[in-house]
Amino acid sequence: MKLKRPSIPYIIWMVVFTMIPLLLILFSAFTDRNGTFSLEAFSKAFGYFDVFLRSLWIAFISTLICLILAYPIAYIMSRQKRNVQNALTMIIMIPMWMNFLLRIYAWLTLLQNGGPVDTMLSFLGIHTTLLGNQGAVILGMVYEYLPFMVLPLYSVMAKIDNGLIEAAEDLGSNKIKVMRKVVFPLSIPGIVSGITMVFVPSASTFLVAQYLGGVDDIMIGDVIDRIFWSDQNTGSAIALILMVAILIFLIILNFFGDEEAIAQ
Amino acid sequence: MKKFICILTVCALLFTSAAIMSSCSSYDGEINVYNWGDYVAEGSDGNIDTIDKFEEEYNIKVNYTTYETNEELYNLLKSSNTSYDVIIPSDYMVEKLKTEGLLQKLDMKKIPNASDIMDNLKKPPYDLKGEYSVPYSWNVTGLVYNKKMVKNAPDSWKALWDKKLKGKILQFSNDRDAYAIAMQLCSVDPTNFDKKGVDKATVKLKEQKPLLKKYVMDQVFAEMEKDQAAVAPYYAGDIYTMMKNNENLVGVLPKEGSNLFVDAMCIPKNAENVEGAHKFINYMTRADISAANSKYITYASPVKSAKKLLPKKQRESNLVYPPDEYLEKCYTFRNVSDDTYAYMQEQFTKMISK
Repeated sequence: MKLKRPSIPYIIWMVVFTMIPLLLILFSAFTDRNGTFSLEAFSKAFGYFDVFLRSLWIAFISTLICLILAYPIAYIMSRQKRNVQNALTMIIMIPMWMNFLLRIYAWLTLLQNGGPVDTMLSFLGIHTTLLGNQGAVILGMVYEYLPFMVLPLYSVMAKIDNGLIEAAEDLGSNKIKVMRKVVFPLSIPGIVSGITMVFVPSASTFLVAQYLGGVDDIMIGDVIDRIFWSDQNTGSAIALILMVAILIFLIILNFFGDEEAIAQ
Repeated sequence: MKKFICILTVCALLFTSAAIMSSCSSYDGEINVYNWGDYVAEGSDGNIDTIDKFEEEYNIKVNYTTYETNEELYNLLKSSNTSYDVIIPSDYMVEKLKTEGLLQKLDMKKIPNASDIMDNLKKPPYDLKGEYSVPYSWNVTGLVYNKKMVKNAPDSWKALWDKKLKGKILQFSNDRDAYAIAMQLCSVDPTNFDKKGVDKATVKLKEQKPLLKKYVMDQVFAEMEKDQAAVAPYYAGDIYTMMKNNENLVGVLPKEGSNLFVDAMCIPKNAENVEGAHKFINYMTRADISAANSKYITYASPVKSAKKLLPKKQRESNLVYPPDEYLEKCYTFRNVSDDTYAYMQEQFTKMISK
């Protein structure tokens, strides 16, 4: 294969900022503090197995909710007039212009004891703590990552020719059948890349859980952050296991969709 | 067209003259300063901007960067090629850096202002001869509680284990500070402990976990100021700030004593502008400058004559300047072995992730 000139900077970038760091993580995961080969880091890493499962579970649920919410939004958006589509895309994008942490703080203020939501609920006679539980973490995740699900879905659906839908309708399909036989199969690449874009970051982030969660909502990203200061080997091993878990997930996903979506 | 060229020429002239002007006011040298985040007076609220003032007075450019934890500072010094001229680690980290040969001795003749440092901080346990560091600021850890939510005023760290306050208690998410409190309650010496001591304290912290609302650092401000939690341990100077923002909050110095922490200015071995670094340390130790920083960060100034320059309320606060009798009950962190520290960190992470 002949290399094209413009791809060279890209390859250098990849090697320096992706390949070398990955190799360093690989190296430090399989060594001990003195740099000799050891599997101790992995045995220590498995001590955090529950956190792993919890993080993947929260990521999975958040992704699922994002998909359920985003799919109709994206479909409705894609069937509007061009300028309405642009306006709607803008509305989805605007919150993302704000800092991630600020948006989390906004939720904190909304949901805290004596905050607007709590006050409203107590008028209705419901007294409950809204923050500091898994539900709040999932809510935060869904809020943060919803645009990452809507946008890929929308961009794929916007390309679906209205003619195809009309043709299916002319040939006697009802609305549900059109959805099932035409829109859904054509939107699969969008679903795959949407899931990738939501699942991967939500499995590894910890800020949302730190702010909206309680004592029991520590995520694997938080464990890596803590352990890394004093024990880089175990930190690397955990990071590596997480990467492998995500990779396996992406490969499975690959069976459902096309390869390009995952390469993104 | 002529007009256009005219405007263009004027613009070009302006640009070049601006360039000449700025090159005229160029500095004689620069220093790299690495400090804690949000830990210097920046000119807000009528304070002076101490860094800008230094640049003006000494004509030395300051490249000011910040870190969040001592360990971040340590890792950067160990593994990167960046050279810093002045760093401001905490007590135990000064000792660790000193032991590992990463600091250089200071030339005290070039830091005359250091003679005005408080006597108990001149030769602190982490730097017994006072050769490697000059204190920048100091304070102790304390308790803050909300008097609307806590009936009996607490006077002990035990309040953080009070079952009646279940779900309204906060704890440090920083392992060193959390362990220090637990160790005090299980009579383990927080300045010199081994793995057994860690295990004992871990049991104590495990007991506490079901009672907690959260492990926090900076979030403590929002939690306490907005009446979301009843009691929390934090740095006393910050408690003083919280009390200004919510009148229901009360700060207490626990009767068991607490951690007296000192952040001190040091010069790393590979510093490039050692001369400039000494000037900077001397400047930061000047009474008016130290007072300005202390006023902003609300921790105590180690400079004796800076105290009287502080607002009356602040210098008379027991939280900012704890009384001497209390300080006798306090302890300052020392460097523990890497092995023990890694063990402590691992136990803490395990404990909070279970």
